[in-house]
Amino acid sequence: MQLRSLTICAIVFFTAGLAVASFAGFREFIPGLLQGALITIQITIGGCILAVIMALVAAIAKMYGPWPLRWLAIAYIEVFRGTSALVQLFWLFFVLPHFGILLEPLTVAIAALGLNVGAYGAEVVRGAVAAVPRGQWEASVALNMPRNLALRRIILPQAFIAMIPPWGNLFIELLKATALVSLITISDLTFKAQQMNQTTFRTVEIFTIVLIMYLAISILITVGMRALETVAARGMARGR
Amino acid sequence: MFWDWNYVWEIMPQLLRASVVTIEATLLGFLLAAVLGLVLAILRMSKTSWISVPTAAVVEFIRSTPVLIQIFFIYFVFPEFGIVLPAMVAGVIALGLHYGAYCSEVYRAGLENVPRGQWEASTALNLSPYITFRDIIIPQAIPPIVPALGNYLVALFKETPLLSAIAVLELMQTAKILGSQSFRYIEPITLVGAFFLVMSLVAAALIRQVETWLNRSLRNPGGDR
Amino acid sequence: MTTPMVKFDNVTKRYGALTVLDSLNLEIAPNEKVAIIGPSGSGKTTVLRMLMTLERINDGVIYVDGEPLTHMHKNGELVPADEKHLRRVRGNIGMVFQHFNLFPHMTALKNCMEAPVHVLGLSKKEAEERAAELLDMVGLADKKNHYPNQLSGGQQQRVAIARALAMRPKVMLFDEVTSALDPELVGEVLNVIRKLGKEHNLTMLMVTHQMGFAKEFADRVCFFYGGKIAEQGTPEEIFNNPKEERTRQFLSAVLEAG
Ligand SMILES: Nc1ncnc2c1ncn2[C@@H]1O[C@H](COP(=O)(O)OP(=O)(O)OP(=O)(O)O)[C@@H](O)[C@H]1O
Ligand SMILES: [Mg+2]
Repeated sequence: MQLRSLTICAIVFFTAGLAVASFAGFREFIPGLLQGALITIQITIGGCILAVIMALVAAIAKMYGPWPLRWLAIAYIEVFRGTSALVQLFWLFFVLPHFGILLEPLTVAIAALGLNVGAYGAEVVRGAVAAVPRGQWEASVALNMPRNLALRRIILPQAFIAMIPPWGNLFIELLKATALVSLITISDLTFKAQQMNQTTFRTVEIFTIVLIMYLAISILITVGMRALETVAARGMARGR
Repeated sequence: MFWDWNYVWEIMPQLLRASVVTIEATLLGFLLAAVLGLVLAILRMSKTSWISVPTAAVVEFIRSTPVLIQIFFIYFVFPEFGIVLPAMVAGVIALGLHYGAYCSEVYRAGLENVPRGQWEASTALNLSPYITFRDIIIPQAIPPIVPALGNYLVALFKETPLLSAIAVLELMQTAKILGSQSFRYIEPITLVGAFFLVMSLVAAALIRQVETWLNRSLRNPGGDR
Repeated sequence: MTTPMVKFDNVTKRYGALTVLDSLNLEIAPNEKVAIIGPSGSGKTTVLRMLMTLERINDGVIYVDGEPLTHMHKNGELVPADEKHLRRVRGNIGMVFQHFNLFPHMTALKNCMEAPVHVLGLSKKEAEERAAELLDMVGLADKKNHYPNQLSGGQQQRVAIARALAMRPKVMLFDEVTSALDPELVGEVLNVIRKLGKEHNLTMLMVTHQMGFAKEFADRVCFFYGGKIAEQGTPEEIFNNPKEERTRQFLSAVLEAG
């Protein structure tokens, strides 16, 4: 099955990367690299959770909220999609302290990436909700359901499956964007790579290993999302 | 006082100069991406699997890993082979490579979306493959391709601040330098953000225009205008 | 005279410049079975959708069981209804759609339980009993744990009928409920509707192209033409002695086709 082969692939890549690292005389750097990978994974998970929450809230506010909320949601979506992730990260990192808001770099990282990807996610949610056939809304009205009940119990569960693949892509985008946090002093995988590069000058090996580690994490995300899709589809009794 | 207009006017000329670098990097990077993408797409659609499979692997690899590391990689690796690239060139190559991988998928989807029946109908009409491609396939493939490429142009544009990591003097790097000189980051970084916001909103509107225009003139020539 | 269960009072519906229903007046008595027939585009579906509040009306008032549906009394005046009023009055009405509109992510039983639990506030147990009983009535006791895509069209439509009935409406609306079905499945759905008519106190409004069924089942037939009721009467009057030329043309066209 494709799922299993992907998992195996990820594990092979990861161990191969580590093997290359250890045989090429990088053994001493392995703990550092793994620490960096751990930070990268932490930020990815935190950012993904925030992104999903922001996307749901913003999409629902944009579609069904009263006008002040709707405009707020539109402003959020447009601003965070229209400016770049690095600008947002720097803005939170350099500008917020001017307003007396001092946050941990890790918090800034998760907030910036989560907000950024959440804005893209809002459009994913909106598209998936809009793709649920109109008849489902009409049946809900005919059963006298209030709108938020219909949304929660009838529409969103159906939109959920359609959202999984695009969310998989967004999560990978988020993983890739975590590399930016190395620029605000967080010692993630990219930061460690830079550090090692500056001390050893073995650029090709170092960056190849680190790229492979990112690839492995992104394959893990793909595998996880495929699995989620299978489980969700089973709940819908589709394809049976 | 959070916002200082005097300071804004003072730094404006430098930021404007830097924005030229940003736009240059965007256009050059995208040019590279568009061409490279086409090459990758053709290789990936090749019928010989020892060409198509490795190409697919490379495309997936590039797409699944951070562009920042790709920038570092290119910037630091070439000197090892004795070729010293200016930061700007290395950055443009990295961006072009990364988005070339994305663009290749756009071309591929566009070409594969033209129904098989169109090829079959053309064969039935005894059109040569060249004519079929030029008059039947390309006109149908272009309307979805162009707006998708446009979206990646905007995405690449928004990724140019990463070049600040290798000290290219584009907008973000300039803003950071200005900020560190005056200890005022609010104005430069906010202005950079505003610049990106305005440019991407304008670009998005343009892409929508082009999209409607293409749909009318290529899919439905002689239709209502 | 008893209050009509449903009353359209000078109701007008427009889409832009197109007037789909033109000052419609129609009263339906409690327990009455009304069949609506007429050519495509004459506004039949629109009548039902307005009554289900799926479409706004532009003019006039709709009453359900003597109470305004689309409007409410406020300081002695009739003003457009708010959501709360709409939901209270709408509770009297159930609808079955041409394309079933079952919830694909729920089993037949869950489809029938969802609204009773969350709208009427029934306990899970009560709702399940009610749903099981209704599924039994429509002949699907053995399919209650099937998902919609595991059921045939006719079975899905019968679940949809049970789902609407679970809300205990006083008025049931049927919009061409057999049109999307293969011919051999039409009978099972019509049988359920027949049974409903006999065993339940329900006011029914049905749009149908099954002239045979309308003739046998309905108390009254309304022939719509161009957004108006061109002719109405008992099935005998309409099918055997139509007065209007347009009715005659429509009926002969339908008979020829079918
Ligand atoms: N959402 C809409 N927007 C614009 N016009 C509409 C809309 N819905 C219906 N109409 C128009 O209203 C008129 C009446 O439509 P309706 O669906 O009530 O017809 P019908 O009698 O049910 O026809 P059929 O037998 O084909 O179902 C038609 O001319 C239709 O084109
Ligand atoms: Mg209709």
